[in-house]
Amino acid sequence: MSPTTATLDTAAQASLGTPVPRLEARDKVTGTARYAAEQNPPRRAYGWPVPATIAHGRVTAVDTTAALALPGVLAVLTPYDAPRLGPSDDPTLQLLQDTRVPHRGWYVALAVADTLEGARAAAEAVRVGYEAEPHDVTLREGHPGLYTPEEVNGGYPAHREHGDPDAAFAAAPVRVDVRYSVPPLHNHAMEPHAATADWDAGRGHLTVYDSCQGTTVVRTVLAGLFRLPEDRVTVLAEHVGGGFGSKSTPRPHVVLAVMATRRCGRPVTVALPRQHLAACVGHRAPTLHRVRLGARPDGTLTSLTHEVLTHTSRVREFVEQAAVPGRVMYAVRDSRTTHRVAALDVPTPSWMRAPGETPGMYALESAMDELADALGMDPVELRVRNDPATEPDSGRPFSSRHLVECLREGATRFGWTGHRPPLREGPLLIGSGVAAATYPVYIAPAGARAHARPDGSYLVEVNATDIGTGARTVLSQIAADALGVPLDAVTLSLGNSALPPTPVAGGSAGTASWGWAVHDACTALTDRLARHHGPLPDAGLSASADTTQSAKQKPPYARHAFGAHFAEVQADTVTGEVRVRRLLGVFAAGRILNPRTARSQFIGGMVMGLGMALTEHSGLDPAFGDFAERDLAAYHVPVNADVPAVEAHWIDEHDKHLNPMGGKGIGEIGIVGAAAAIGNAVSRATGRRLRELPLTPDRVLAALSVPDTGPV
Amino acid sequence: MKPFAYVRATSLREAADAYAAHPGSRYLAGGTNLVDLMKLGVETPTALIDISRLPLDGITELPDGGLHIGATVRNSDLAADPRVRARYPLLARALLAGASGQLRNVATTGGNLLQRTRCGYFQDPSKPCNKREPGSGCAAREGIHRDHAVLGQSEHCIATHPSDMAVALAALDAEVELYGGPDSSRTVEAAHFHRLPADHPEQDTVIRPGEIITGVRLPAPVPGARSLHRKARDRASYAFALASVAVVLDLDPEDGRVRRCALAFGGLAPRPWRATETEARLTGAAPHPDTVRAAVDAELDRAQPLRDNAYKILLARNLACAAIATLAGTRPGAPATP
Amino acid sequence: MAHATDPPAPGPAHGTPDHAAAGDHRSRVSLRVNGARRDLDLDHRVTLLDALREHLDLTGSKKGCDHGQCGACTVLVDGRRANSCLLLAVTLDGCGITTVEGLAAPDGALHPLQRAFVEHDAFQCGYCTPGQLCSAVGALREAAAGHPSHVTADAAQAGPAVLTAEEIRERLSGNLCRCGAYPAIVRAVADAGTDPAATGTAVEAAV
Repeated sequence: MSPTTATLDTAAQASLGTPVPRLEARDKVTGTARYAAEQNPPRRAYGWPVPATIAHGRVTAVDTTAALALPGVLAVLTPYDAPRLGPSDDPTLQLLQDTRVPHRGWYVALAVADTLEGARAAAEAVRVGYEAEPHDVTLREGHPGLYTPEEVNGGYPAHREHGDPDAAFAAAPVRVDVRYSVPPLHNHAMEPHAATADWDAGRGHLTVYDSCQGTTVVRTVLAGLFRLPEDRVTVLAEHVGGGFGSKSTPRPHVVLAVMATRRCGRPVTVALPRQHLAACVGHRAPTLHRVRLGARPDGTLTSLTHEVLTHTSRVREFVEQAAVPGRVMYAVRDSRTTHRVAALDVPTPSWMRAPGETPGMYALESAMDELADALGMDPVELRVRNDPATEPDSGRPFSSRHLVECLREGATRFGWTGHRPPLREGPLLIGSGVAAATYPVYIAPAGARAHARPDGSYLVEVNATDIGTGARTVLSQIAADALGVPLDAVTLSLGNSALPPTPVAGGSAGTASWGWAVHDACTALTDRLARHHGPLPDAGLSASADTTQSAKQKPPYARHAFGAHFAEVQADTVTGEVRVRRLLGVFAAGRILNPRTARSQFIGGMVMGLGMALTEHSGLDPAFGDFAERDLAAYHVPVNADVPAVEAHWIDEHDKHLNPMGGKGIGEIGIVGAAAAIGNAVSRATGRRLRELPLTPDRVLAALSVPDTGPV
Repeated sequence: MKPFAYVRATSLREAADAYAAHPGSRYLAGGTNLVDLMKLGVETPTALIDISRLPLDGITELPDGGLHIGATVRNSDLAADPRVRARYPLLARALLAGASGQLRNVATTGGNLLQRTRCGYFQDPSKPCNKREPGSGCAAREGIHRDHAVLGQSEHCIATHPSDMAVALAALDAEVELYGGPDSSRTVEAAHFHRLPADHPEQDTVIRPGEIITGVRLPAPVPGARSLHRKARDRASYAFALASVAVVLDLDPEDGRVRRCALAFGGLAPRPWRATETEARLTGAAPHPDTVRAAVDAELDRAQPLRDNAYKILLARNLACAAIATLAGTRPGAPATP
Repeated sequence: MAHATDPPAPGPAHGTPDHAAAGDHRSRVSLRVNGARRDLDLDHRVTLLDALREHLDLTGSKKGCDHGQCGACTVLVDGRRANSCLLLAVTLDGCGITTVEGLAAPDGALHPLQRAFVEHDAFQCGYCTPGQLCSAVGALREAAAGHPSHVTADAAQAGPAVLTAEEIRERLSGNLCRCGAYPAIVRAVADAGTDPAATGTAVEAAV
């Protein structure tokens, strides 16, 4: 380990580990926190994009006459006259560069007007001619377009195989061979994607307020697209209304806003309508799973196969890495974890909270429950029995792994009693379920600066983005402790691409990546101050850090967070409506740096998992090629009434192989496994196994109408 | 959204005159659906005639013991009215099962009746829809139709009516009052206010151009009758009905037989669906679970489900049987088995 | 801010706007926003939400869906909660509007609900928060006035509604929170709901 990874001395800490309220709380409850569309530079105009209304083909003409004739309309950008863009790694950002239409909802024009109403009306008045070609948006088993990609999201190999899983499965005394289906899902952060861009032609400088998960990458991409030196681009994101992966990289809105400000010479806000998001900002791709588990009668796994089919778009390959958790979870010698993908005429999928783990663990943990049923074994004990000593796929030791402790602690807190029979209360069937959670530890290099002022206060600068995680707060805590000063002596500046480069708020790696840089900068400043004698100069003293060396070291450990979910549900035999009565999670995610914001993170993930289990459904319309559920009336994000008592707890985990703070990242693990626990509870309650999410009344009622044939 | 003129009417007559003077205009009350549809480009009025400030916001006693509900009474005020809660709990329940607190504060009685279907094809002007654009076709029939109608639909339209309130009004034998001009007023039974699509799905209701809903009349409650509203939905609140049922049941205290039953389904049809066949079979019968089920099935046997919405029949049957069993104090038959 | 307050128009409150010519698509509108009279000349298409955000620079009210499906835009209109995205500003001439900016006292003292939201960490990204807060004020008022909810027992006929967790969940189900802060929101509202001041707002008290 490098010297910098020694954990902070707990004895000296004042702030980390304490439930500090979020520092921007007052701004958020008084409405003074401004988000990207709420910047009001003088002469601001508004852009409204025009989505394609065919699923495949090309634009043959764009008639802007009527739109341009409307009062206050400044411009209509089309594929024929939009600014030519420089290169980008992400082809979904090559907007209005050619006439092809790769999916319905792809942007084919942008109307700009001096009012919001004018821009919308102008967009509606744009007439687009198309030449449509046949399209295919339906993923299915046996689709001729399925292929095994080189790698899947996260850079993992698409296919891994150990031993002979088929022979081991054939020889296993107890087997399950089951298929699950997870539909497309949408991030739907409450703040729709928005950007306010302001091109100052005189200064040759572009300023962009963007709703994003990291401004460094937005600046880099915009500089490339618009052929500007990076120091001529400033991207700001002080407050961001959620992202859940959908704002991890620049999305079309920000490119369109910059095109518009460059064309019109005025600041332009592009705030995407909610109905556009499903097609334009990424989604969790649907996954079809086949899981085969073989075991001895004592529950010892002898074979594990997890095969995943998914879709991507014709624009860009993105493969949801849903079979990857099978490489981490259980001790089994013979295994196969593999992905195949078909490129369809669909919107481009992208990151959504715990990509891979979320659908993958739904399938794997449901199959484990089915195996426990087949074995007549407590599903907690089945998981304990197969807890591996080393990471199954790599053979590396775990830096720390406390899944068993999470299961035990959760079972105690929940009152789990193993194979408890279902209860019946009138028309309600009640049952409980359990599932495990896992999420990898990621970290990326970051830079930070710390500055001591003569008045005894400190300014810490790090280009973190607080999308609601509490980053602003916990990074201030890290700084205060590293400086050895009270929290209120520290001011943190973030959300500004002019600061040293950092990675995005993603992969549950923000706090570790940014925090390490903050820690190092503050430690360096402390050293510098210790060597300084006499009063500080008027300009103060500064130090900076760059964790490129330390964060890139490949540790000899497998590093993952783990957790366990317990759910109690009721299924109404009259209506098929399922409601969660209790949800409890216990997590082992390294050191918890701020219990208040951490609890909110865990619970927030669990609630999103509840939605995945019960309410959230999106489907592609075969005839028209778009998502049928495009707004928040049709796409059912859970409401308050869906969410009962939810508890999150954690194991005190000391892992010296992570980063100076000792945390593993907590933004995503809360969703992983939650849907499986709820689904397993529904199975226990109803005696029926439903394998297609979400568990909506139509499906539950259909399952209940088939006579119960005993354990399934 | 296209620009439009705005007229705030101070009398019904002024409103009707303004409507006549502005071809392509629409009346506006709460606007929770109309403004939504204007943003979607489904409605493109040339003018809005604002009737929200007309003195139609009272709830008054009728001489026959019924209630008169003004057309602009807000859904939340109607649901909270002590007389409604005491005498028509069915109506209060149905209202409270719909939308959200803040929408109910704005949505009006008349507007609730006139809300349009939530069919995704209707709401998307880039797609065919006979209701929005007669003759363009019905995309839902072969498309996404899990939420669509199993009763009363036509080959031209399979959309459901989304209102919960209207289902209760249908079961309560309410009447809708319409103003068509100084000498032109009429009332229509709530159960027949909405029309079946047949060849003209663009006409949701029997309302004539320019007519204004001025109120709803509730007949006096049947003494001794009990009522119940129940709605099944995809989430616990703030979602449209997959199916719902409103039942008024009057049992003979002597022999326990059904003196009168009024049953309306929501979410199944282009209008609140009065189950007349069920009502006829139950009248005079003892509400034994088997009898109830047979009576409910007699109605639902008319259903014509599509590829993905047959579950609604089972759901509606379960809801109706459970509701009647609850009101009759009998145990329901085992639900959810064929 | 480009539009700020347009020259005051002496038009009568609750009066008929001046629309002399057919095809006139704008009207003068007078609103009392957080206690202050604001006179605007607005395109009829402008919603209350956009009037607040784009014309009055009161960006606390959020646009999450613009179709009444998320509740982020919730404000109080003449004291009652409403989705400002579905209200056309022109229809509100003469009305009183309270936004999240009007909840705290002029001296900066937070409203009891604001304090409770901070204390219970009842938000993460904060984008739904202004709507949750205004909705909660409205919901507490409705409960105090005896308004039932879908989970209120039929038998409970008179008097203020008792705000159990189940009642709060139902009454606040018109406000989506994608960060999943619902459990904390329910605790915060329950907590603040015991404070009689929670049904008031500073600006309304001052009017």
